[in-house]
Amino acid sequence: MVSIEPATPEAVTEEAPAPAGSSSAGAGPVWTSKDLLDTDVLSSEEIELVLETAEAMAEVRERPVGRVATLRGTTVVTLFYENSTRTRASFEIAAKALGADVINLAAAGSSVGKGESLIDTVRTIEAVGADILVMRHPSSGAAALAARHTEASVINGGDGAHAHPTQALLDLYTMRRHVGDLAGRKVVIVGDVLHSRVARSNLWALRAAGAQVTLCGPATLLPRSLRARAGYEGPGGCEVTSDLGEALLGADVVMALRIQRERQEQGLLPSLREYVRQYQITEERLARANPGALVMHPGPMNEGVEIATEVAHGLRSVVEEQVTNGVAVRMAILYLMATARRS
Amino acid sequence: MSTILIRGGRLIDPAAGLDQPGDVLIEGGLVQAAGGTIEASGAEVVEAAGCIVTPGFIDLHAHLREPGFEQKGTMATETEAALRGGFTTVCSMPNTEPAPDSAPAVEGLLQIIAQDARVRVLPVGSTTAGRRGERLAALSELAEAGCVAISDDGSPIAADLMRNALTLAAALGLVVAEHCDEPSLSRNGSMHEGAVSERLGLPGQPVAAETAAIARNIELCELTGGRLHIMHITTARGVELVARAKERGLPVTCEVTPSHLFLTDEAVAGSDPTPAYDTSAKVNPPLRTETDRRALLAGLNAGVIDAIATDHAPHAPEEKLCEFDLAPFGISCAETALATVTTLAARGELDLGVALGALTQGPAATFALGDHVSGIGTLAAGAPGDVTIFDPDERWAVDPSRFASKGRNTPLAGMELLGRVRAVVVAGELRHAVETAHV
Repeated sequence: MVSIEPATPEAVTEEAPAPAGSSSAGAGPVWTSKDLLDTDVLSSEEIELVLETAEAMAEVRERPVGRVATLRGTTVVTLFYENSTRTRASFEIAAKALGADVINLAAAGSSVGKGESLIDTVRTIEAVGADILVMRHPSSGAAALAARHTEASVINGGDGAHAHPTQALLDLYTMRRHVGDLAGRKVVIVGDVLHSRVARSNLWALRAAGAQVTLCGPATLLPRSLRARAGYEGPGGCEVTSDLGEALLGADVVMALRIQRERQEQGLLPSLREYVRQYQITEERLARANPGALVMHPGPMNEGVEIATEVAHGLRSVVEEQVTNGVAVRMAILYLMATARRS
Repeated sequence: MSTILIRGGRLIDPAAGLDQPGDVLIEGGLVQAAGGTIEASGAEVVEAAGCIVTPGFIDLHAHLREPGFEQKGTMATETEAALRGGFTTVCSMPNTEPAPDSAPAVEGLLQIIAQDARVRVLPVGSTTAGRRGERLAALSELAEAGCVAISDDGSPIAADLMRNALTLAAALGLVVAEHCDEPSLSRNGSMHEGAVSERLGLPGQPVAAETAAIARNIELCELTGGRLHIMHITTARGVELVARAKERGLPVTCEVTPSHLFLTDEAVAGSDPTPAYDTSAKVNPPLRTETDRRALLAGLNAGVIDAIATDHAPHAPEEKLCEFDLAPFGISCAETALATVTTLAARGELDLGVALGALTQGPAATFALGDHVSGIGTLAAGAPGDVTIFDPDERWAVDPSRFASKGRNTPLAGMELLGRVRAVVVAGELRHAVETAHV
């Protein structure tokens, strides 16, 4: 189950990138946090630092070789307690593009089912020499628990319904590339907000960026209190509504979330058909959004459920670009973290 | 049995409406006299200057874990914890293995109690056989064997069984103590459903899961005339429902835990920017909001809530050292219960006399414990020699590693509290005393 793949020889010959904000003679913010657990503990400056560093990383990715040796000698372990293709692949590619050693661990089922506690697993991983641990787990709070019990840096790759900070940062990065400054811009997140770690982390990151967020979905799948926590009205505020037509009006970004079939079994949705009827993102419904509004999805998509196929692959869709940007953003985070660990 | 003279304390006996300086004389296992200056040559003297002297506390709700779950706690460790917390009588909850659902099972439990218990333990039998919620336990056997109430503890029972349990228990003089929860609403909720659970991405238990069950059980109480006791009430709306039922004269009582009086769902998140997901604050029913907490205090002060019960629930350390949703519910509460109550009193949130009533005569009346132990919960002459002596002003920091309980699972670790037990007399024997200048 364990594969150790060292950085390729070509990587050693490349120069390290010089990301903005971190290498310039002591000025500007630097990354100091040991872990990245959620976006709500990041300052606007730290978010800015990640996004700027990601731009430098994107530039590295566009070079013919596309890799550097900056993180040579750094060991990145991915520990996934849930199935994931894109997040894990994205981290693996990002780490390798920086010259880090990558070990992928797939934990079968929960820690309880395996018989070994999460804390023991994390300590074992630290003992074999991990510097950075990327973790996905079905339990909310699992990444924070791991972080408290290891000296390794923990990057939360998704914990239950709580947080998915790297997804939020790559979403923010993608929005910024198309929309520019997000202050006062309307971002609509549609779907199962209640159970979505993507929606939560996006909300905090977008709030820091000054965007106006609307959370929309069936009333059974909406958190009733997040509006109060977002804390303010007007620009940078958060609206919660079940009225998709109202939500889409004047939207600059529309993000559809994945609907799990489980919600139907739990009785939270009468049927997927009902959901499609009321909440599927279609070309027709998008007419209420601003011209040129971006369509996003964290993936994997249920085409024909939360998003119509023609929208998913249409001109406004940046779904594939989100995946590409994910590598640059995760390179930025790995780079900032590894640099912080050295100093 | 020795003669004990508790001297120079402030006597508070809520049952007698007594609050005055005075001595207490205990002889032959019973209170001989309480109040005024008492001389007794040859008596073992307990100096109580600066302390409050009350009837020994009675806990209607504690999980002593034995038999069956000795890794979490044993009769010896958990009754020692109760003793140090000032409790002289503990009603043991039936979530043991085996469950006390028949005379032989209760007799087995009574043997363990006789052998190891450090305080008086009165068993609560299980309402259904094996606590499985399928058919009623041998209720008349339980009553004869000495059970003071019946309960299925954390497993709410179906409406039809509840109706029958209340009907039959009434004839046997047994109280039916119920964890009021509608399982289809609370489902897999691991904390209170609200702003904190939504922020943390944890499945929540809505207020309505408790209140719907309270309303249902009050209706069944009215239908049957049976004695209903609502365990660990947590919601403002629930207190309201109980108040209405009492106004209508229904035989309903309820209890509240020190944890729910003192903490809110914010304890799960903690105070750091990164949420703690503190499994030691995971308890069922869950810690609620500040509005609920204030309503519980108001309900206690107003006499709607009859008793403060700990729901002491020790767990082995490794069982709580895991992901929040996988951790078991429960707080090890016996050794901090008094201090949370006296801290609340010092803050002016709770009337000390009312609180002491809810730790003594309130629980005694709730389960009619006087039928089992004459005079329990008072300092009247002839009452059992159960006395708790505590210093309401002593400040101390909670250090779970010093607990007598095997359960170190408390969200109060490191917190400074006011009020500490100095000495405890159980059945006329000085069983616990903290070595200081006072005692």
